[in-house]
Amino acid sequence: MRLNRTRLTNQAAALLLSLLFTGAFITAPADGSAPQQLKAGVFTPPYMAPEFSLRGTNGSDVTLARYRGKVVLLTFGYTNCAAVCPTTLATLSQTRSSLGKAANMVQVIYVTVDPERDTVARIREFLAAFDPSFVGATGTPAALAAVRQKYGVTATKQGSGRDYAMAHTSSIFLIDRAGKLRALMPFGHEAADFVHDIKSLSAQ
Amino acid sequence: MMRMAGRGWLRLTAIALSLLVFGGIGWAALAPIEVALHDELFEIPHGTYARRMAGEKIEILPHTIRLTLGLNDVLLLRNKDDVPHIFGPTLIMPGQSFSLPFALASTYSFQCTAHANGQLNVIVAPNPAPGWERLRWRLHKLTSAMWQLPESHHH
Repeated sequence: MRLNRTRLTNQAAALLLSLLFTGAFITAPADGSAPQQLKAGVFTPPYMAPEFSLRGTNGSDVTLARYRGKVVLLTFGYTNCAAVCPTTLATLSQTRSSLGKAANMVQVIYVTVDPERDTVARIREFLAAFDPSFVGATGTPAALAAVRQKYGVTATKQGSGRDYAMAHTSSIFLIDRAGKLRALMPFGHEAADFVHDIKSLSAQ
Repeated sequence: MMRMAGRGWLRLTAIALSLLVFGGIGWAALAPIEVALHDELFEIPHGTYARRMAGEKIEILPHTIRLTLGLNDVLLLRNKDDVPHIFGPTLIMPGQSFSLPFALASTYSFQCTAHANGQLNVIVAPNPAPGWERLRWRLHKLTSAMWQLPESHHH
């Protein structure tokens, strides 16, 4: 009996071909290391968020202790801010809307970097356009500078005259329900990312 | 019959070899690139503050950092000094790390007091596209490994 060499060759070739095509589509196994939990930048290990006491737009003092038990989103800005602050505040407002009933566990604190022009009334009016729950905070220039220093926040006057601008850190600090500074969300993230991270922090 | 048998095996070997070569190229060009660790690490060594106070000019972060989605897309900043340091967009306490993931290809600018011009740029490139880009990336990895060149920048 003669073995059909041609058929054997073709069969072996077909087998090899199918094996190699399979090889081209096999993905390497997913990495087993701990996946990044948050969309924001994470601090490891986390420390207590630096405390402060400032004058609030809601008529009382603004301290982090007051909002212990809530996830605090702390951000710095000024009411004359053309684009960055309105974008951030709109995103945070959208975030609370997306959370529905769970929005009650989120507190936005907006600290001014421009005490010269930002009176309590002005900040209150500015924030009301975005969300009635947002709390603004101001104080003496020295007190505000001290808070910025503790958080590594920069604020520089640009231009002169009445219509000067302030170049300032635009990131949002995420403080968990125990008061720990857990993460920092750079400017530009969508509300969905905040919702994701708030849910993750609240679950712990 | 002996000649036919010899030719048959030769043909089989030739087919196998060419399939291996083309299959390998196909894999190298098409298979998704997976890496275990996505971190791009920058560290402030212990004693940095002391040296800075002594007048030494120390550059820890480059002005521009380049990342690639799916490969090194997590900026890991680690402070091994005894004092807090402003590091890119944030203040990092002694012994603390800050791990910042990037999900979109773009150029990001952060204010950073650690830099002379006050700015840190992070350029995030998209993942190498299937085809030539991936093939080129794998060839580069292969030649780097062969010549034992450092593959990423660790400061």
